[in-house]
Amino acid sequence: MYDYSDFDEAFVRARVAQFSDQVSRRLDGSLTEDEFRPLRLMNGLYLQLHAYMLRVAIPYGTLSPRQMRQLALIADTWDKGYGHFTTRQNIQFNWPKLPDVPAILTALADVQMHAIQTSGNCVRNVTADHFAGAAADEIEDPRPYAELLRQWSSDHPEFQFLPRKFKIAITGSPHDRAVTKAHDIGLRMVRNAAGEPGFEVMVGGGLGRTPMIAFTVREFLPVADLLPYVEAVLSVYNILGRRDNKYKARIKITVHETGREEISRMIEERFVEMRPQFGGADQALLADIRAAFAAPAFRTAPVDSYDAFYKADPVFRAWADTNLAQHRNDQYAIVTISVKAHGETPGDATSDQMRLMADLAEKYGHSDLRISHEQNVILPHVHKSDLPAVHAALVQAGLGTANVGLISDIIACPGMDYCALATARSIPVAQEIALRFDELKLEHEIGPLKIKISGCINACGHHHVGHIGILGLDRAGVENYQITLGGDGTETASIGEKTGPGFAYDEIVPAIERIIRAYLEVRSEPSETFLDTYRRVGFAPFKSALYGVEGGRDAA
Amino acid sequence: MSRKYIPKVVTANDLRLGDVVYLTADDRWTRLHSEAELIEDEERAQLRLAHAAAQKTVIVGPYLADAKLGPNGPEPIHFREAFRTRGPSNYAHGKQADLNNV
Repeated sequence: MYDYSDFDEAFVRARVAQFSDQVSRRLDGSLTEDEFRPLRLMNGLYLQLHAYMLRVAIPYGTLSPRQMRQLALIADTWDKGYGHFTTRQNIQFNWPKLPDVPAILTALADVQMHAIQTSGNCVRNVTADHFAGAAADEIEDPRPYAELLRQWSSDHPEFQFLPRKFKIAITGSPHDRAVTKAHDIGLRMVRNAAGEPGFEVMVGGGLGRTPMIAFTVREFLPVADLLPYVEAVLSVYNILGRRDNKYKARIKITVHETGREEISRMIEERFVEMRPQFGGADQALLADIRAAFAAPAFRTAPVDSYDAFYKADPVFRAWADTNLAQHRNDQYAIVTISVKAHGETPGDATSDQMRLMADLAEKYGHSDLRISHEQNVILPHVHKSDLPAVHAALVQAGLGTANVGLISDIIACPGMDYCALATARSIPVAQEIALRFDELKLEHEIGPLKIKISGCINACGHHHVGHIGILGLDRAGVENYQITLGGDGTETASIGEKTGPGFAYDEIVPAIERIIRAYLEVRSEPSETFLDTYRRVGFAPFKSALYGVEGGRDAA
Repeated sequence: MSRKYIPKVVTANDLRLGDVVYLTADDRWTRLHSEAELIEDEERAQLRLAHAAAQKTVIVGPYLADAKLGPNGPEPIHFREAFRTRGPSNYAHGKQADLNNV
């Protein structure tokens, strides 16, 4: 993986020193909170409901075992022994104390990590397909491009004060596992007629209060044009974007208000200006970065022991069926470690679990770890003969749950258990849904199903693109949950549709159960997924399951 | 007819720890909602809020939250404020754990 250059190292260390001084000045009263807030946010430090929260970037979701162990050390030393993996491939520590934050940032810098640009109106952590470099369907590993974008966007003087935050996602596969169409810029690798790799560039996607699917501004962008093109998009947005109204400031609104045709013209025009200014330095840098992402030295060994184990052990087989994905090397598999044991908090890993995952990555996984936007941890390169040992170790650590892609593999934002912006809780809803369907022993029969829960309209829990989305709101001082159906975050992206009036906290799990029972009844065959069924039959059977045939509930 | 004033407490977060605190009638910051001063009129509420806001090296983000009198002192009205008196619901962290050890 990519190692910091001397420049990166010096930059991060200088920022830690600067922020340490700012914290001292805040504590002794030289800085007011109004002066300090933008400074702490630039370094990922939020003040939440019960405590501060530090959001640490995991660039394109890639971690080394050494970095994972350091996160465990931070959790043990300065937090409460765990960390929360987020839908933006970051990790959040929920209980740091302000005077300790400089020490935490120093510990992060020791392993080439930081919290810079995890907040504020700048280009945030660039997210990527968590199967990058391993997926069987991949055209090219997208991470060298993500790293190029990271270096270009870090402390970019022109883009530190954008109209609003800016999120870029990238995938090297035609199958979109990175929700690229719900990002300010989505980059999806495709091939042109000549077979050359390039990017489909999508602009103006986003969730939040005005969910929009990105539109394609360029069907095919040669890879060498990536930086000037992205810079053209940013600079057009930087000028056009609405700074007068926070709720209209994201690029999705700029696209909507300017019109696709006009904004495309402006971007292309700006690109023509930008292109000659990139005199090849970016391509030289990209070549260096590529070398750092060279594929591991894959082992060649028999896989018979895996096949035998698969046949013999039903528990292992269930796990292999749900948690493994096809690797581009036939002898290997991609392991998704479920950080979603039934009843646990989605995305929370204890320090012991982090250390175990680091050990497994080192021993069996070519020292590579990934964090997915679905809040799980990935071992992207595991030889099939090692899978039984990996599975056994995971089970012992409470990480062996065979539920990836199933109903209990729920995305949930921290919600009102932690977040100062939340309007309702998300975590306990996720916990109760998972426990209920585990109790019913139905989840394997239900099959692939994505439930995504947000505790407010900002949609960190991606509820709009959940097959079933749940949005927690405050309705007259009571938690109320609105359901959407039919959302999809992949290359066939769509925004879910609201079912109708919301449900109270104690009604939401039974409501989800009614939807599922209706699905099991109307699906044409067991292989027809929830999403396919919904797309075939539409709203009606689910609506009547939720509200009764006459739909006779009062509007909330 | 003017509406009856909903009583308030002054609440904020501790600057160093981030923990939720409440202003008492004798000018302390307490961790317990029940020890907060229950403020019955708007004018005093604004005075107490200004007093809190001046304590820049002690607390962050003071505001007035609706409250009512209960058997053991002021109680929160909104569920958000109720969560702030306890901590998260997924772990026994925050006040629900810390205050038991006081």
